[in-house]
Parts: sequence; structure tokens; C-alpha cells
Amino acid sequence: MISGIPLQYFLVLATIMFFVGIYGFLTRRNLITILMSVELILNSVNINLLAFNRFLFPHKLEGLFFSLFVITVAAAEAAVAIAIIINIYRRFTTINVEDVHEMRF
Amino acid sequence: MTSNQIMFILFSVMITVFSILTVTTRRILRAAVYLLFVLVSTAGLYFMLNYQFLAAVQLTLYAGGIVVLIIFSILLTSHISQKFEAAELKKSIFSALAALAGAILCIITILDHNFSATDLAAKEVDMRMIGKSLLSMEYDGYILPFEVISILLIAAMVGAIVVAKKAGPKKSDSQTITQE
Repeated sequence: MISGIPLQYFLVLATIMFFVGIYGFLTRRNLITILMSVELILNSVNINLLAFNRFLFPHKLEGLFFSLFVITVAAAEAAVAIAIIINIYRRFTTINVEDVHEMRF
Repeated sequence: MTSNQIMFILFSVMITVFSILTVTTRRILRAAVYLLFVLVSTAGLYFMLNYQFLAAVQLTLYAGGIVVLIIFSILLTSHISQKFEAAELKKSIFSALAALAGAILCIITILDHNFSATDLAAKEVDMRMIGKSLLSMEYDGYILPFEVISILLIAAMVGAIVVAKKAGPKKSDSQTITQE
């Protein structure tokens, strides 16, 4: 338990980060910046899981392990997404989502 | 005000400001660097919560791995000096309204809810314990998600290589040309 900081502060911070990520996801057009917004969203969820684990269930480790798995999934997702982005760039010479409207061989 | 609170305020201001800059800046490389700052301050929050192992994972995997990967793909796909056009005003206003509405709803719910903390003793999180729980089949074990995630990682690795490599016939053509 951390002295002087209630759980709600962490949750509000994670909420702000999550919705900033949502805003970026909706407004951005470049695929890489969309990927960055998704990373922001995943990261805010991790803060939530860890704060809940530390404040409400300090005798368990569920939050720790699930945020570990979320980080792993995020890394796998970033690798695959960047492979796809590079492939799209090779075919269309752009990674603007509005110029890429056919996904076929 | 204790030092804990000062550190928390510092980290939260850094996270908020840099995440807003990440999604609004018009230069893509700067967006990646701002994302790096956000991830590093998140690792600081994990240190404050006393999860040292996860903070180290965050620093190596996120700040070290994913950001470097993103910067590489930026350098491969766009000019560094290139500036984006600003997003359409209508689109950005509506997106901001949607995000704000969601954020306000969530924050009101969070502040309204009464979280009841337990008074059970905190479990000490050391490396030996994490390794044992990851591989144990007991009540507190996580061997099934561990195995599933390892399969996912292999699948993602193979998939990334297959998707990103050049098409087959072109490559063999260039090889035969160089051999000749």
C-alpha cells in the first residue's frame, strides 16, 4: 500500500491515458501512429490491473501476471503489425489508411 | 506533501502531457519519442507500486523493444522531415467529444464507487515466486496462460517473418542474375 495516494488517482490517470489513446485512434491516418495509440491503450489497462492488484488484492498476484501477459501480447501484436505495415508500404508506397482500400493479392 | 505524492504528481503530469502530445504532434518521429517518455514514466509508476519485476519488463520490452521497432519502421516508411496534414476539424472535434464523454463517464463512476481495501498482508513479489507461479499447476499457478502465450509468440514471430519477407519468385530471379 502506498501512503498518501488513493486508488482512485491511479484509475483516473489510466482513464485519461486510455481516452487519449482512443482520440488518437480515431483521428490519426498513418498506420504507425494508429499503432502507437493502441500501445497507449494497452499500457493504461496495465496500470489499472496493477493498481487494483496492489490496493485491493495485495495477497494475490493475478494483476501482475495478467499485465505480464498483456505486455507479451502487445509485443507480438507490434511485431505482426509492423510486418504488415512494411508489406503494405511495399505494395502501395504509402501507409495512409485512406489510400489503402484494397486488401487482396 | 510526502515524497510519494510529489513523485506521483510528476509521473502523472508527464504521462498526461506526453500522451496528448503523442496523438496530436504532426511529426511522426517526435510522436515515437513522446511515446517513449510515456512508457518510461509508466515504468516509474510500477516502481512506485512496488512491482520491480514488471517495471523492468516494461523498460526492456516496451521502452527498449517496441519503441525501437516503431522507430525502425518509421525510418523505413516515411521521410523524417515530413509533416502530416492536420486532421479535419470536424473529425477531430467529434473524436475529442467522444473521448471526453467516455472519460467523464468513467471518471464519475470511479470517483462514485467506494473501493474497499483488504487488510490482508501484502504478498512479497520476488523473482523466485514469479518463476514458481508461472510454472506451477497449483491453485496459484499460471502454467496454462504461460504455454498459450508461448505458442502465440512463436506464431507471431513466424507470421511476422512470412508477411514481411519479399515475394518468392522475385528473390530467386535476382539470385540467378547475380549468380550469372
